[in-house]
Amino acid sequence: MKEQLEQIKAQSMQELESATDLQGLDEIRIKYLGKKGALTSVLRGMGALPPEERPQAGALANQARAAIEAAIEQKDAQLSGQARKAQLAGETLDVTMPGRRHKAGKLHPLTQVLDDVKDIFIGMGFSIAQGPDVELDYYNFEALNIPKNHPARDTQDTFYIDENVVLRTQTSPVQVRVMEKQKPPIRIIAPGMVYRSDAVDATHSPVFHQIEGLVVDKGITMGDLKGTLEVFAHALYGADVKVRFRPHHFPFTEPSAEMDVSCFVCGGEGCRVCKGEGWIEILGAGMVHPKVLAGCGIDPEVYSGFAFGLGLERVTMRRYDIDDLRLFFENDVRFLKQF
Amino acid sequence: MKIAMSWFNDYVDLSDIPPKEFADAMTMSGSMVEGVESLGAEIENVVTGKILSVEKHENADSLQVCMLDIGGQMLQIVTGATNVGEGQIVPVATHGAKLAGGMSIKKGKLRGVVSEGMLCSHEELGITAAELGYEPEYGILILDGGTPVGVDIKEVFGLNDNVAEFEITSNRPDCQSVIGLAREAAVTFGRPFSLPVPAAQGNKENVADLARVDVLDQAYCPRYCARMIKNVKIAPSPAWLVRRLQASGIRAINNIVDITNYVLLEYGQPMHAFDMRDVAGAHIIVRRARDGEMITTLDDQQRKLDASMLVIADGEKAVAVAGVMGAQNSEVKPDTAVILFESANFDGASVRITAKKLGLRTEASSKYEKGIDPSLTEAAVNRACQLVEELGIGEVVGGMIDVCGKLPPARSLTLRPEKINAFLGAQIDTAFMIKTLNALGFGVDEAAMTVSVPSYRADVESEADLAEEIVRIYGYNNIKSTLMAGEITKGGKNAGQKLEDKVKAAMAAQGLYEILTYTFTSPAVFDKLRFPADSPKRNVVSIQNPLGEENSIMRTTTLASMMEALERNYSQRNEAVKLFEIGRVYLPQPEQTLPDEKNIVTLGMYGGVDFYDIKGMVEELFDSIGVKVYSFTPAADQSAYHPGRCAMITIGSDRAGYVGQAHPDVCDAYGISEACYLAELSFDALSGAADNAKTYKKLPKYPAVSRDLALLADDAVLAGDIAQIIEKAAGKILDSIKLFDVYKGPQIPQGKKSMAYSVTLRAADRTLTDQEIGKVMDKILESLECSAGVKLR
Repeated sequence: MKEQLEQIKAQSMQELESATDLQGLDEIRIKYLGKKGALTSVLRGMGALPPEERPQAGALANQARAAIEAAIEQKDAQLSGQARKAQLAGETLDVTMPGRRHKAGKLHPLTQVLDDVKDIFIGMGFSIAQGPDVELDYYNFEALNIPKNHPARDTQDTFYIDENVVLRTQTSPVQVRVMEKQKPPIRIIAPGMVYRSDAVDATHSPVFHQIEGLVVDKGITMGDLKGTLEVFAHALYGADVKVRFRPHHFPFTEPSAEMDVSCFVCGGEGCRVCKGEGWIEILGAGMVHPKVLAGCGIDPEVYSGFAFGLGLERVTMRRYDIDDLRLFFENDVRFLKQF
Repeated sequence: MKIAMSWFNDYVDLSDIPPKEFADAMTMSGSMVEGVESLGAEIENVVTGKILSVEKHENADSLQVCMLDIGGQMLQIVTGATNVGEGQIVPVATHGAKLAGGMSIKKGKLRGVVSEGMLCSHEELGITAAELGYEPEYGILILDGGTPVGVDIKEVFGLNDNVAEFEITSNRPDCQSVIGLAREAAVTFGRPFSLPVPAAQGNKENVADLARVDVLDQAYCPRYCARMIKNVKIAPSPAWLVRRLQASGIRAINNIVDITNYVLLEYGQPMHAFDMRDVAGAHIIVRRARDGEMITTLDDQQRKLDASMLVIADGEKAVAVAGVMGAQNSEVKPDTAVILFESANFDGASVRITAKKLGLRTEASSKYEKGIDPSLTEAAVNRACQLVEELGIGEVVGGMIDVCGKLPPARSLTLRPEKINAFLGAQIDTAFMIKTLNALGFGVDEAAMTVSVPSYRADVESEADLAEEIVRIYGYNNIKSTLMAGEITKGGKNAGQKLEDKVKAAMAAQGLYEILTYTFTSPAVFDKLRFPADSPKRNVVSIQNPLGEENSIMRTTTLASMMEALERNYSQRNEAVKLFEIGRVYLPQPEQTLPDEKNIVTLGMYGGVDFYDIKGMVEELFDSIGVKVYSFTPAADQSAYHPGRCAMITIGSDRAGYVGQAHPDVCDAYGISEACYLAELSFDALSGAADNAKTYKKLPKYPAVSRDLALLADDAVLAGDIAQIIEKAAGKILDSIKLFDVYKGPQIPQGKKSMAYSVTLRAADRTLTDQEIGKVMDKILESLECSAGVKLR
């Protein structure tokens, strides 16, 4: 019996040695440890032994079983490792092939830049106001100190609906609408479409977007105008840009100014983009004209304010180096995808 | 407006200020300089030289060899010109010289003879005959015998001048002149400004005895000054005068006309010269034109006038359109002997309307439009006469005709330095304020602290205007930047604005690109979209003066703009295009001056999508903005859509829009031969229903059970109806219904369809028993059969 066990052990070890896969290993397990396996039949034969030999034979058999089991387990681990390795090797992918994407769409570049502008002013306590595109001549011109036959009307070639109704040529009428409705303090920006009778080319469009701004409160100064718009310029163009204010004229502000930033292409040295000036005009601004305040029922002796306006297309064209205004309204997806 | 910078030196000495510094400082004080052009920038190393000898070239008959003295240096130069001779002074381009048109000159040999430069013609110096004031003979430009030798040619011809181009704002008509800008420059650089009162001696006669002026419409002509010149010698103007005109882009014509233009530039006062032979009865009448009155203007155009226009006339005919242009019938001619200078003030608005009606904007009309100081007329006409005397081209008749209505009194304003400083946020000295205002020509009464506004500054009407005058000289950039004090405002976006952002984000997340389109369109789009003739959308806001038919109405539908965007992409062969827009439509309302402006969310797409894709996008949008109660019902009546593939969208109980496949005729009309899908949603409807309120629902504890149903239904039965029946029958324990297959084919009877549903049931508080489930499923089937004739397959 002892020899028999030794033999089974030796034979099984030999077979294990030559097992090359998990299936072979399983066959060996069944062959030796299975219900009808070699070791099992030896154990089954123990009943034939005299009772005093049985414990020893039992111990021997258990030893043999443990040894075989341990060897199988070891071999199993070895073969499993090899098999996983082979599996992984077979599953190698070309990771440079393109990914499978769920394509999201994009917002129009003008919307994206407008969102930036809105965020900057909302951070300074501004709300967003809106007004109609089809506007009364009164709001678009007269309430802004631009009476009929004022020369400023010539520079803003106006689309007329009738004698008293126009397509707004600027977002400034929203200023008046807000001041008529709301008591100071007022801090708003009013983005929107405006209309001028300009034929379409690379730099002109009969439809474009402006962003108007208005602040009215007690004690608002021209220093506040400068400070607020400098914050805006730095937020939009970076803390490094230099900002300057030049005198200008708008009928509805006094004093009026234009704000330039140092050219972000050449840094102020002078280049093609800034036409050698070193400065780029960004927006028009000014202290709200006392006549405009008074016309809206706000006492200019008590309140003061400033207003500003900028062209969204211009800002966007400069940000992305777009050279043709028409692209914004053609809506070619090859363009829209780029932003 | 362009001005030769040397002209300013007549009034303020700026000769030592470099052009760049001038431009910057003027810009920062309010007179924007767009650029400075150096007149002779192209010309370098050209000097005057005296020809000492001329000899034949030894190897070429057509060439001559000249020896020149260019001021202490001798040069040998070969020339092909034949008009050179000993003793002449000529322009000499020396080695390294640059000439007009970019030509450069180097030493070299011509047919074996050394030539150390080139003799120049006027063209090679970039000087026109008009600038010279005469037509030079062909060949080398022979200079005046008294010209010094060895000096830069630019000095001889004033080519070392610079021309500054100003962009003058509409509130400063006074700066549309040399004098106005010189005054600004004087204040900007803190230099003395001297404005001599122009005066002409005149003869002993009085113009009032020789001519008469009657102004019949004083409102349109507040002032009319006139002086007369006899024994006029019409000739070209001297070079210096021509150069100044030319620098400003004005062509020289003859000495008299040039003087009127010179004064226009210098004073900003338009003038006109009439040939007195052509003024019948020497009687000028300023009157309204008669309706249909004809006049041939100086530009050779016949123009029809009307009674809103002012003309200058004699007893018989109109001789000028007031403030716009003179007539041919009275223009200055080579043999003109007696002229009348007109220097008048016309109403700006009337000139503007006249110029617009005639389609004739002139230098004069654009000046009048902006409003001219009525006190200028006198100085201007005297300056013209002074120039006549200085140039010796005629005999100025004594006296002046001055028909002057009541001029507006000088405006007086209060100056409150502390108020101005508070307004500006600055601490500017009162003394600086007073000094600045004085220098700008304002009168300051320091005791009363009142400021009288000069007549040329009609734009200054209030204290805010005074603040601007002070601060632009003080320097905008010297004001300290501050952040607003005062009450805090909350700011931020309102609910509608936030929703707009959300809608955009939801659309982009589903692969749609945002577009922006023109909001005006063509009336032809209604036919392209197959809108019926009586469609209320054909009631539009029309533009009176559109750029063209294609942009002549405000849109009442966004579908056309979307189809155009799809068309554009399709024509560019862009595949699978998905777009959206949030844009306005303009709906005229009875009893309202302004139309209603409504925002519409529009979706449009083609390529790799079908009806259920776009419908799914709309549903997904509803889900992401919290629109919960909505339904889709077939809509065959929407003519822009496929009659069998369009649904009306209802939110709550309101019609919110449509979704569907574009009618094939519509696609054809836009040249798209693929199926297009469109959806339009009222933003107001979304905004009314969007609900962000969310409450957490406990995750289910008990398992769900799914049962599949293979149903056989008539083709006409809608999935929406089946879903409703199942929902109603299953009641509270219905977890979800999913339609996972619709099939028509050989095994299915004609006129029927097979619909496979998966119904999931779940109770919140227990595991459902088979018995319960069986009961509910039976109830569902029973309802389906009796409500819709739908049976189990």
